[in-house]
Parts: sequence; structure tokens; C-alpha cells
Amino acid sequence: MKEWQKLALAVFVFIGVYLIPWGNPIIRQSGLEAFLMLQEYAREHVLTCLVPAFFIAGAIAVFVSQTAVLKYFGAQAKKILSYSVASVSGSVLAVCSCTVIPLFAGIYSRGAGIGPATTFLYSGPAINVLAIVLTARILGWQLGLARAVGAVFFAIITGLLMAFIFRKEDTARTAGALYLPDDERTQRTLLQEAAFMLALVLILIFAAFARPAEGSHGLWPALFSAKWYITGGLLIVLVWMLIQWFRKEDRIAWVQSTWGFMKQILPLLGAGVLVAGFLLGRPGHPALIPEHYIQSLVGGNSMGANLFASVAGALMYFATLTEVPILQGLIGAGMGKGPALALLLAGPALSLPNMVVIWSVMGARKTMVFCSIVVILSTIAGMTYGWIAG
Amino acid sequence: MKKIEILGMGCPKCNQLEDRAKEAVKELGIEAEVIKVKDIKTITDYGVMITPALAVDGVVKVAGKVPKLEEIKEWIT
Repeated sequence: MKEWQKLALAVFVFIGVYLIPWGNPIIRQSGLEAFLMLQEYAREHVLTCLVPAFFIAGAIAVFVSQTAVLKYFGAQAKKILSYSVASVSGSVLAVCSCTVIPLFAGIYSRGAGIGPATTFLYSGPAINVLAIVLTARILGWQLGLARAVGAVFFAIITGLLMAFIFRKEDTARTAGALYLPDDERTQRTLLQEAAFMLALVLILIFAAFARPAEGSHGLWPALFSAKWYITGGLLIVLVWMLIQWFRKEDRIAWVQSTWGFMKQILPLLGAGVLVAGFLLGRPGHPALIPEHYIQSLVGGNSMGANLFASVAGALMYFATLTEVPILQGLIGAGMGKGPALALLLAGPALSLPNMVVIWSVMGARKTMVFCSIVVILSTIAGMTYGWIAG
Repeated sequence: MKKIEILGMGCPKCNQLEDRAKEAVKELGIEAEVIKVKDIKTITDYGVMITPALAVDGVVKVAGKVPKLEEIKEWIT
């Protein structure tokens, strides 16, 4: 940060602190809501959901071979494979949003071309494991599932449309070699790695197991009452795996990468929760922005509401995961389910800052077409979901 | 003089890699300059898709992770 920026920030904070009417009942209520929402996250979601999810993300980053995925993005790769891999590989490659742009630029100018590149750009940030887990946990599994399926499905359509619209220009790219990291084979078998990942995912599922509805019988209540025993048993299995199958440096690398993600994402998420709580409040508790504004803009499932949510999502910048508390606040204040999905799809894929970078990579015309396609498809996805979910 | 380039658009790992490269240069006591490359087009021209990456005299040595200090020392001697 340059010195004049620090000064500007200091002046900005000073003016804010000086002028905001803190004694006003609405401001007081909003400030209280911000911290109540933060506490709700701390009590309900951090230990049972976020921490296991971070360990999974760390394991993916360290143990899944990037080379195995990257080779499907080369210029010679089969087109069908490129599109399919591009649409789902965000779950493995894009835990940090900062990895999405270089990958996109590489695929576009050196590799499989504009189709798979834009497919990856649309789905990548939306389907990383942390985003899906947190969406499902806080906004409900239906919306989590719709987000994952919608992102993959519409990403492929976006890619195909882009490839079709710009089919003539695509041949003019400079094909060149891609640098592929060496594929370091480990001493573990594929089966062992799969079992390890499965154990991690099961721990996450059981630790976050929701209380079943009152009066329900059968499997779910039985599983719920035994959830801590199952989780404990799984943890013992996990420790055994770590001792038997992993070298010391593997374990260190795993913990380091998990800690790296936590350092990077948790402060931003905390700030996002505070801002969402201050502006929108927890569900059922009004805060700074009156609920009727939200309801009139993005309530219901009209085309206008869905379009507005898509455009707003496309322009706004969401730090990794912060889209979730903001949507929680919006839904609590009366946002419809359709517009919520529209915002979830268009939001992480696009923002003003990353439009500028995409612009510099593929030029003005393609960027504008891409943004329009994202907005239109997200609107359609929102309306469809809103219609189904009612 | 060796030219060590750190390719990355400014993520935390890129800074970590830069620090480690500088440390390696210092410990070896060799003549080398460590340059940060933030421009996405230059990064792509190297064929790098996952940042951070490290190139020595224009040859990419590693991409997608922060290598150990010993590894960097080997590449730049």
C-alpha cells in the first residue's frame, strides 16, 4: 500500500466515524445484528462445517495431481473432454479465486481455446468445494445442489456459445507449448487416496449432520443421535491412515496448505458476515436496509427480479465465500429463491475487476459477449429454479 | 547475472515464493536479480497456467506451488 493510499484510508475512516449517527436506533440495531450474525457463524458453522471443509480443500490442493487435469486443456486434447473437464475441474483447481484468471488465460491463448476457457471461467469459482459446502449448509441443500448443477450445466452452454460465435477468429490464436508440472507419483495407491478423501468427506457430513424434523422416524434420527460416535470413529480411522500411508512431509504440506487457505479466506469471510449483518440483518431481524426495498427489487420470481440479481452479481466483487452470508441476509429480507440462484451463478464468475483482466486477455468484443451470455443464462437459471422451487 | 522471475498476479503464495527466492540468492551469495512478473499476458507467454511460478533465465522451473529453499538453490547455481 502506498503512503497516499494509507492517508486516504485514514481520512475516509475518520469521516465515517465522525459523521455516522451511532446513537440512532436503526444504526444501533444494525450494529448489534452484525455481531449476532458473526456469533451465529462462530457457533453453528465454523467448527463443524468450515474447518473440515478447509482440511478437504487443503488435501485437494496438495494430493490431487494438477498435471492430470491440465493435460485436458492442451491444444491437442479432445474437445468433448476439454469441455467436460473444464466444467467440473473448478472443484479441484479453483479453491482460490486468484488461480482462475491465469488458468483461463492459459487455456484461451495457448490451449484448448475460447470454448473450454470460458467454460472454466464460468464454473470455476462457483463449484469449489468450500463454496458448495457453505452454500448447502447455510442456504439449504437445494440451493447448494442447484448452484453446483447450474454452474456446470450453464458453463458448458456458455463455452459452446462462445466457441460458436467466435469460430472464425479462434484459429488465429498463437498455439504454443504449455508448461506442465512434473507428475510426482506418490507411494500411495489410487485406492488409498480415494479412501482418504472419502474419510474426510464423511467426517464433514457427519459433523455437520442437521437435526432431523421433530417426530420423524427411521434412519435419519438414528444417524443423528449417533453422529458424534461416528465422527469420532472416522477421526480414528483418519489418524490411522495418516500414520500408515503418509510420509511426514506429506502431512506437513497438507496442514500448511489448509492453514494457508484459512489465513486467506477466514478474515474476509468474517468481514463479509459483519457487513451482511449490518446492512441486512439475520433472517427475521431487520437492519439498515429496509426489507421492502429488497422485496420490491428482488422479491418473487419475476424476470425483472432475476435480471436485476444477475446484473448486480456480475458487477459486484465477492471475495471467496462472502457471497453466502450476503445472500443469507438478502433471502432473510425477502429475496426470492430464483433471484438468489441467479446471483449465485453470475456473482463469483464475474466482477468489475476481473472483467478488466478478461478484457485485456481476449479483447472488448468477446468480453462483452461473454458477460451478456453469463447474465442471460443466469437469469434463465434463476427463473427456472424459482419456478420449480416455488 | 542470473534472472529469476516470479510469475504471479499478487496472491499470498506469490509473495511467499518471492521471499524464498530472495533468501536463496542471499544465502548463496550470487549475482542475481529477482523480478516480479504480474502481467497476465507475459505469464501466459511462459505457458504457465497455475501461479505462482518461478523461471530462471526464461526457463520455467516450477508452477503451482512454492518449492523448498534447497530446490530453488539448485536451480539458480
